[in-house]
Order: sequence, then structure tokens, then C-alpha cells
Amino acid sequence: MIGQVQTDARERPLEFRDRRDNLAILGFWFFLGSDVVLFSCLFAVYAVFQGRVAAGPTPRQLISLGPVLVETVALLTSSFTCGLAIAAMRRGRTGPLAAWLGVTMLLGAGFVGMEIHEFATDVRLFGTWHQSGFLSAFFTLVGTHGGHVSFGVLWGAALLVLLWRQGLTPRVARRLYTFSLYWHFLDIVWVFIFTVVYLAGKIT
Amino acid sequence: MTHLLAQLFPPSVLRPMELGADASIVIATVAIAAFLTRKRRWGWLWREWLTTVDHKKIGIMYLIAAMLGLFRGGVDALLLRTQLAVPQNTFLGAEHYNEIFTTHGTIMVFFMAMPFIFALFNIAIPLMIGARDVAFPRLNAISFWLFAFAFLLFNMSFVVGGSPNAGWTAYAPLTELRFNPSVGENYYLLALQISGIGTIATGINFLVTILRLRAPGMTLMRMPLFAWSALITSSLIIFAFPALTVALALTMLDRLFGSSFFTIGHAGMPMMYVNLFWIWGHPEVYILVLPAFGIFSEVVATFSGKALFGYPAMVGSMIAISLLSYGVWVHHFFTMGAGAAVNAFFGISTMLIAIPTGVKVFNWIFTMWGGRVRTTCAMLWQLAFIPTFVIGGATGVMLAVVPGDYQFHNSYFLVAHFHNVLIGGVVFGLFSGLYYWWPKMFGYTLNERQGKWAFWFFLIGFWVTFFPQYLLGLEGMTRRIYIYPHGLGWSLPNLVSTGGAYAMGVGFVILVYSIAYSARHKDLDLTGDPWDGRTLEWSMPSPAPEYNFAVLPKVSTRDAWWTMKQAGRTSIRLGEIEPITLPKNTGMPFLLGLSFFVAGLGAVFSWWPVALAGLGGVLALLVWGWFVETGDHVIPAHEVRRSETLPGRLEA
Repeated sequence: MIGQVQTDARERPLEFRDRRDNLAILGFWFFLGSDVVLFSCLFAVYAVFQGRVAAGPTPRQLISLGPVLVETVALLTSSFTCGLAIAAMRRGRTGPLAAWLGVTMLLGAGFVGMEIHEFATDVRLFGTWHQSGFLSAFFTLVGTHGGHVSFGVLWGAALLVLLWRQGLTPRVARRLYTFSLYWHFLDIVWVFIFTVVYLAGKIT
Repeated sequence: MTHLLAQLFPPSVLRPMELGADASIVIATVAIAAFLTRKRRWGWLWREWLTTVDHKKIGIMYLIAAMLGLFRGGVDALLLRTQLAVPQNTFLGAEHYNEIFTTHGTIMVFFMAMPFIFALFNIAIPLMIGARDVAFPRLNAISFWLFAFAFLLFNMSFVVGGSPNAGWTAYAPLTELRFNPSVGENYYLLALQISGIGTIATGINFLVTILRLRAPGMTLMRMPLFAWSALITSSLIIFAFPALTVALALTMLDRLFGSSFFTIGHAGMPMMYVNLFWIWGHPEVYILVLPAFGIFSEVVATFSGKALFGYPAMVGSMIAISLLSYGVWVHHFFTMGAGAAVNAFFGISTMLIAIPTGVKVFNWIFTMWGGRVRTTCAMLWQLAFIPTFVIGGATGVMLAVVPGDYQFHNSYFLVAHFHNVLIGGVVFGLFSGLYYWWPKMFGYTLNERQGKWAFWFFLIGFWVTFFPQYLLGLEGMTRRIYIYPHGLGWSLPNLVSTGGAYAMGVGFVILVYSIAYSARHKDLDLTGDPWDGRTLEWSMPSPAPEYNFAVLPKVSTRDAWWTMKQAGRTSIRLGEIEPITLPKNTGMPFLLGLSFFVAGLGAVFSWWPVALAGLGGVLALLVWGWFVETGDHVIPAHEVRRSETLPGRLEA
């Protein structure tokens, strides 16, 4: 059967009702799978380059945990508010959905802003990534995550407009749902970055 | 202005060969444009092809691109072999030779083999599994146009700005900016990155298609083997290509944005590039060869008139190969010095791959055993493949023996080995598939007699080219050298090898002539089933109609169409035919490819406003795609009935 699912279509959540939306959600999971490999490679590069500091700073010198803790709290909270948005969507309540999505975007934008500030401070104190393999790996791993979050903020903002223009159709619900998968995924990646890059970097 | 001209046309693109290419490009472009204008075909081209989301037409476009890639890569090969034909030859200079072996390898892997595989996936997979369409038709078109514009971008390097010259593997520090300041490597990095995005999307598309859109009753273990190979290949693509993305991206950051990943100074580490490249690169070998295995499995069963021998073992061995393929990458650089324990691990894991591969070879042979073998062109390629691939595989095991590899590494022995498996495995398989599915694409079969001439020229040429290269490797000739002196015992094998390469070239010309001949003197396939096939694509008229299946088939066995024919259940009842809904065409994928092309070109020359404009176009098109639904169109039932009447299977 095409898009065969056991339950009656009307009993499923809005985003799973249409056959094409169903396929798109599965496809998006596979995309996240390939993104896991992308980040894995960047983590591997970071692990190899951790000690290759040349004349540049060591991880311990570079990292200051204060601003990173604020970034972490902002991003983890945004994942929670994103969950609240999807919970509101499941109940068909467009107002709270839009509100929580807006809060998620603000927290995400705040995270990106703080990260840019952190990077700018790093460059001012220690020079650019040209300095060393370690700095290149650090900015690339953390920056790729930051780039993903930035794209997510733009995507979420576009979805807010889409929701406002088209209402909560199955298609819009599916786009919101895949966005939420993406957003939670970035949260998980951040947990690893926080542990591997920041905490471990400060200890060793 | 003069600065710009110097940037666009450095001395390396003003040599006679490049100027000749300029002239032929201009003439060909003007001729095509004039033809389209005279025949008033521009609108047709846009509506029927450039905007299509039909997987079969996308497959045909991939096929055209693959043949162009085979032509360009083949001409490169002939230039290389011409230079090496005699000692102390001065046909190509060192720099020119570097550029040509780089583009030869890159084009053959990324712009010949990959699109050829995607061509056959697109044409055959949805038909074989009884699907109306792929899971994401528009994404499929996006994948194609990213590939097509990347192909264009890569080929531009020959005449504008200069070719890449660091080998198809583009190892650092050969690519490091201060050693290699021309824009050639930028072309390589950007073009492969853009087509790589499309490739990952194709992997996702076919994985979802095969997992979710199979006809009712077609369980996984009832799928045709080619569908299994596509399923496994797609998962390999999804989990291997991101490593290439990272390898290319980090090199690009080094070259364009001053980072220090693979640099000699600043504690960079070129060896990390080699690891990342081959973490993708070895699964890539199986991304190329598993589809060929799938094709051979279909062809051997069809032309032996028997069900495939050992189907579960065939599936199991493909899965085993795909899992092992992630654990062998270090065998590409045993000599880098990872240490005895690491090398031993990767040597053994490499040898293990010979086991499932051997299982497959025996199963193909046992399929023919006791069958009524018909030696059509498709089957000839299969018959040639078995001994060729076995020898290529055996030399692969020799290379996997680590102490031996220290002798063979980067010699012509290696060159002969990988051409032996990539041509003997992949290209033979793709040619087999080309002959096999051609009637389903175009509605007529290719001329068999000419096809056999092409086959024999190509096969004999292949052995004459590459067998002497094994000997040359053992005699100590290393790869990528452009000149060699008299008196090393290399002269005769090299001359013979060059002669073989020209014979392969003749085979290719005969193939192209045969395609043109067959298109003019059409041997029409009116039955839809010219080979007495076993799988569902042969249950529909040829060429396959836009909607694929008038009525989605119900499957109860493997080789579903064979079972239907045995039971006499081949007809479609008139009353079952209903209107069919398909997605509308859209220009968005083409424009998205164009935007990526602009962004890529801007990045190649570090024209940042141009690059940003291209990226802006990409984002705008993505957002546009979210807001504007392209919609569907409906094919009325009477149109379906009309096109189904032809093979005579319609009953009232």
C-alpha cells in the first residue's frame, strides 16, 4: 500500500494525514541521519586537531565557560518552547503555536547573537583561525552548528509567515513538524559540542 | 578589465588544445541554438524537458549527461595514453598532463558513472517496484539540475580560468593555496560540493521510494535485485557522502577563507584530508558497483530464462558488502604509516569483502547453469563481466596484502586494478543496463549487430589496454608520471596499452553510431516486453507511459511479471482504469541549479557579490517553494486507455 499506515487517517496527527507529508517526514529523518554523519566527521576532525595549536591558543586558554552557559540555557530552553509549539499544534491552537514558535526563534536568534559575540571576542584576543589547525577545527565545528541554527531561525520565521498566510493545513503542519525535528536535532548536537569542546577543553 | 581577462584566460587556457575546444564549444552551441530556433523547439525544450518532474525523462537527461561525460573523460584518457605511447614523448607537457589525468578521473567517477547509475535508477526503479512515481518528484528534478550545473561548472575550468591539477583525489598539500594558486582546484571543490548535495538528495529520494512506494504485496524479499541494490546504494550515499562534503568544505575553507586544516604550516594535517576523502571514497566504490551487480542480476536471470539462483544469498552478500565497505578505507594509504596493527586490521577487512563478492559470482554462474542462455548485447556484457571482475577482484586481494601493497602502491599495477574493477564491473554493468532498458526508455531496441561490434572492440581494447599495465606496475612504473626514458622495458607495454585505449575509443564511437542508427531505423518494441522479462517494468507499453502503471499491479511472488505471464494474468480490464493524478512540471529546480551555478562560479573566482547573489537566489527559490504549491494535473481515463491499447493487453 502507498504510505501504508494501520490507523485510520483521520485519527492520526494533522502532519501525518496526507500521504505525501508522510513520505516527507520519513525523508527528513534520513536527511537528519546524513547530517549526523556530517557532524560526526567534524567532531572527528576536532578530536584530531585539539592538540594542534601551533602558536595559537590551547583549548583551555581559548574557552571561557560563562557566555557558553548562557548560550546553552537559551538553546535548551528553545527546544522546550519548540516542543510546546508542537503540542499546541496537535491541539489545533494556532495562537499559542505561533507564540511559542516566536519565542523559540527569539531564543535561537539570541543564541546565534551570543555565539557571534563569542567568536568576535576570540578573534580579537587570539587572532583568526589561520593561526592553527585547532582554531580552524574549533570555529568550523561550532560555526557549522551555529550556521544550522541561523538557517533554522530563518526557516522558523518563514514558517510563521506561512502559518499566518495559509493557516494550519496538513502541509503547514508537516513543515512545522519537520522544523521541530531539525530544531531538537541541533539541540542534541549542541549537548555534544558543549561536552566535547567546552567542558572537556576546559578540563584538559 | 585587463586584470579580469588575465583571471579568466590565464596562459594555461590559451594553448592550442584549449583554443580548439573554445572553437568547438562555440560552433556546437551556435548549431544547437540554430537548430532549436529553426525547428521552433525552445518552448518544447523548456516545457517537456527542462521543467519536467517525470522520473523517466530525468533519467534520460542523466543518461545524456553520462554519455557526454564518457566522451570527455574518454578523450582525456586518449590524450594521456597518446602522451605515454612512446618514451620521451613531447605531446603533452607536465602541467597539461596533470590537468588531464585530474579531469579524466573526476569526470569518470562523478560525471559519468554517478549520472549513469542515477539514469538507470530513475528509469527502472519505480517501474520495477510498481510505483506511480518517486517519493519526491520535484526534489528528484532538483538533484538532477544541481548535478547538471555542477557538471557544466566543472567542465568550464578547461577553457575559463584553468583546470584542476591535483588528481581526482585532490590530496593536500597539492591543493594548498600557496603551492597551487590557480582557480582550477576551486572549480573541483565547488562543482563536487554542488553535485554532492544533489546526490544526497537522490539517496534520500530512492530510499524512501523503495521503502514506502512498493506495489501491494511486494515485500522486501520479493523485490527485484536491482531494487535491492538501489536501496543499499541509497543508504550508502546518505551515510558516506557527508564525509566528502566535509573533506571538500575544509579544503575550500583553507583555500578561500584562510583556515589551516590541511596546510603544511600552522599545525595543519594533510593526512586528515586523506582519511576523510577515503571514508567517503571506499563506500563510493560500492555505490558505483552495487548497482552494476543489481543490473547483472536482472540481466542474467532474464537471458537465462531462470529465476536468479540464491536470491537471499544475493541480498545478504550485498548487505554484507555495504557494511564492510565502511571499514576498509585505510587500504588506500597503507604506506602512510598508520602502523602494523592498523594496517593489519584494514588488510583483513578488505580481504573479507572478497567472500560476499565471490558468493555473488557463483550465484550468477549458477543462474546460467541449466538455463537457456540468449547472448544478446545486454547478456554479452554480463558474460564479459564475470571473468574480468574476478581477475580485478583477485588483484584487489593482492593489493590488500599489506607487505605486497608497499610494492604495488601507486604503481601501474594499482591503475590496472581499479580500471579492471571500475570498467569491468561498473561500466560493463551500465552498458548491459543501457541495452536492457533502452526499449523501455525509447520504445525501440538498439541494433544488436552493431552492438556486438562495439562490445568486442571495447572488451578486447580493454584487456589490451590494462593487462600490460599490470606488467608495467610490476616493472616499477608509477602512476601520474608524464614521461619516461628509453631502456626500462616500459616502451612496448606502453605502446600496446595505448593501442588498446584507441580500440576502446572505436568501441565507443560504434556505440554512439549505433544509437544514432537505431534511432533512425527504429526496431519498434510493440509488446512492451522485448526480452521476455521477469519484472514489472516489462508489464507496461514501451516507452513507459508518463503515468507508469495504468493500474497498480498486485504482487504475490518474486519475478512478479513472470508469474503473471505463467498464470495468463497479463491483461488489464478496461473498467479498472481510472484518471491518474501526477505532479505538474515546474521551472524551480532548473532555476535552483542555475543559482547554485552562479554562487559556485562566484566562489571559484572569489567574486563575493556574485556568490552572494547566487546564494540569495537559492534561498529565495527555497522560500518560494514553501509558499507556492506547484499542484497536480490529472490524466483522464480515456487517455490512459488509448496508450494501453497498443500492446494488446487491454480487455473489456
